[in-house]
Amino acid sequence: MDPSDQLDATFIALADPTRRAILARLMQGEASVGELAAPFRISQPAVSKHLKILERAGLVSRSTAGARRPVRIEAAPMKQAVDWLEKYRAFWEASYTRLDALLEALQTPLSTDKPKSRKDDKNA
Amino acid sequence: MPKPLSITTPGDRQIVITRTFDAPRELVFLCYSRPELLRRWYGMPDWTMPVCEMDFRVGGRWRFVQRSPDGFEMGSQGIYTAIVEPERIEQTETYDDNWTQGGTVNVVAFTQEGGVTTSVTTLTFSSPQARAAAAASPMAEGMEIGFKRLDAVLAQEAV
Repeated sequence: MDPSDQLDATFIALADPTRRAILARLMQGEASVGELAAPFRISQPAVSKHLKILERAGLVSRSTAGARRPVRIEAAPMKQAVDWLEKYRAFWEASYTRLDALLEALQTPLSTDKPKSRKDDKNA
Repeated sequence: MPKPLSITTPGDRQIVITRTFDAPRELVFLCYSRPELLRRWYGMPDWTMPVCEMDFRVGGRWRFVQRSPDGFEMGSQGIYTAIVEPERIEQTETYDDNWTQGGTVNVVAFTQEGGVTTSVTTLTFSSPQARAAAAASPMAEGMEIGFKRLDAVLAQEAV
């Protein structure tokens, strides 16, 4: 899967509260479909449907061994989503760092950089 | 010192960006509401803003065009839907190539405690898919280009 498609699949998979809860449960360790269904009061087929979406996004994998076929979380795609957010964060941080500098300049009395609107009359 | 910004993705359609500034909120609000000030801070590093039009009143239209050092242009526009000076700005935003799939509703709220202003920016996308699409956007790529250039500049200026 191409990285942006992967990210799409990850965000779509993460968009549902039940799927987020399933992932939170799997962070504590692998579980069978039955074990995953138990706390949600939804049917096993409904959980299987959510698992398919998570599996397609590569967020979980299912063992083929044994009757229990435990589900486990896959860290890499999750990390990609987190990395994207980190990049997004850096974009805003860069803008805000410039805003910090601008705000500082605007508050410095000797600045020659005053905006036209700045009111020098403090008696207003 | 300003606290580092935080980004969260509550619910399935929102991105929330929170940051503090060492300035009264009237001044922070001013930097968001006047084009001659906004263009001095907003946007990707090393990109220019050849168009920064802001009819800053409720119902007024805004339009930005940002240009990368390579000449790639990214246009966006919207309408101011609510303005409460110096507390809150609400606006719609769509990109020319519609990469946010139907646009977003953006709310910036400013609160002040002591001399420190907190801005909370909430972007609400039209669907969970639209929020995901934003991640695969030219903006994300543009940011990557921008950051590489910033890295180069920082490396040169490092003492």
